[in-house]
Amino acid sequence: MSALLELEDLSVCHGQLTAVDHVSLAVEAGQVLAVIGANGAGKSTLLRTIAGLHRPVSGTIRYDGTDITNIPIQRRVADGIVLVPEGRRLFPSLSVEENLLVGTYRSRQGPFSLSRIYEMFPWMASRRKEHTGQLSGGQQQAVAIGRALVANPRLLLLDELSLGLAPIVVRQIYAMLPELLNSGITVLLVEQDVSQALSVAQRIHCLLEGRTTLSGKPSQFHPSQIEEAYFGVRSSNHSDIPG
Amino acid sequence: MIWLNALVQGIMLGGLYALFACGLSLLFGVMEVINLAHGDMAVAAGYLAVVLIPATHIGALWSFVIVVPIFAVGGYLLQRTLLQRSLDVDPLITLLVTFGLSIVLENVLLEVFSADSHSFAVGSLVTGAFKLNAQISIGYLPLLILAVAVVVLIGLQLLLSYSKTGRLIRAVADDREASQITGIDYRHIFGLAASIALGTVALAGLALGMYSQFNPTTGPSYLIYAFEAVVVGGLGSLWGTLLGGVVLGIATTVGFQLSPNFGALGPHLVFLAVLAFLPRGLLPKKALA
Repeated sequence: MSALLELEDLSVCHGQLTAVDHVSLAVEAGQVLAVIGANGAGKSTLLRTIAGLHRPVSGTIRYDGTDITNIPIQRRVADGIVLVPEGRRLFPSLSVEENLLVGTYRSRQGPFSLSRIYEMFPWMASRRKEHTGQLSGGQQQAVAIGRALVANPRLLLLDELSLGLAPIVVRQIYAMLPELLNSGITVLLVEQDVSQALSVAQRIHCLLEGRTTLSGKPSQFHPSQIEEAYFGVRSSNHSDIPG
Repeated sequence: MIWLNALVQGIMLGGLYALFACGLSLLFGVMEVINLAHGDMAVAAGYLAVVLIPATHIGALWSFVIVVPIFAVGGYLLQRTLLQRSLDVDPLITLLVTFGLSIVLENVLLEVFSADSHSFAVGSLVTGAFKLNAQISIGYLPLLILAVAVVVLIGLQLLLSYSKTGRLIRAVADDREASQITGIDYRHIFGLAASIALGTVALAGLALGMYSQFNPTTGPSYLIYAFEAVVVGGLGSLWGTLLGGVVLGIATTVGFQLSPNFGALGPHLVFLAVLAFLPRGLLPKKALA
């Protein structure tokens, strides 16, 4: 197996603050890797840097064997790296369908067309003329995922899908992951909801204040180890995982 | 009947105001840039035609065929160089930059063309009119300008609503960063919007040159009207801009009818009244939806 994405010693700063501190990780093609960590651990910054919204101060990003550290974001999208951003970030003055159409701007060849998205979310076809503000949070998240999928990504970056959504809606959304993997998409996701992340990911990578504290297969670790990596403190209570 | 005439002439004049305001409205709606050099750019388009008409033997009426493309290309280049650089530093810097551009343009025009007034000869179009009845006659030229303004604004609205480029422009206006993650180079889209805006500025400048005389310092006085039309109509709404232009035009002519001194004051009073009572304009609208 070869790594589709490799980060080597990546550091990203916001002004004085080092948000991502010498992080290295690799995502194998066809896998799901979940980056977990508390608020402010640098998870979103890491994802946004891979997408091309931030420039790292040092380190390299290799994608499919080539160094893309200095490649502009629009070329990365065309190469198949697509981000579903935190907070969904749909275009409020555009209809559902127009949001999806904007997603096709730099799409590659692939299985995901508008009609494929409407098959996956049958409610969406009947509401395609509506503005996204009229949709529920879960529906908006589905449109945001649809907007990313129609670009036919090879590497899908999912930033905090569960944020602000009811648990049942979160489960419905995560239930789509196997289908995406079957179509050959590799997924790198960021999640505060650790139990959700553990249930879908083949590998996890925990960040604490920008540094890697744990990395490997979920089954390798005892919940207490994950808890310690997540919070950075040794806990006396080894019973469960923060949710 | 006098008042009806004032109303009709006001609507005609409103066409010129709306044409002026169109580019300003678009630039503000898409990238929140207030172009203080807007009026001077229109006057510069007029002077470009002053040079080109004798050089190419093209009729004044057809000069737009050359002037508009030149301004459209210039708009793209201006955005990608000067305006984008100042936007990257701080959106407020664009105010200073376009103000500086206004002064530079004005002085270059003064240096090259002197302070003499110019206008274009468009023959019988200026004086020709058809009579609706004994009191009301409609000039061909103001009617043509109004028609151009309506066509430009409707065309622009259709472009924004239904074309792929329009969709991308609206997406960028909504959320710049979200547009980037779909692979849009928002700088290019800004360039296209500036290109369209400057194309309409050129049309407004040519219309001005046919409608009345202009000199290098005419720009800012029309910038005021354009500004007021955009605000009266509602920021970021093209339909509102058309309506705003017409309202200001009517305020001008009705004001003149009340008292000759009142003509120049009328639109400004309407503008103040709208700001006071309907601060979001007559057709408030979110973004360019």
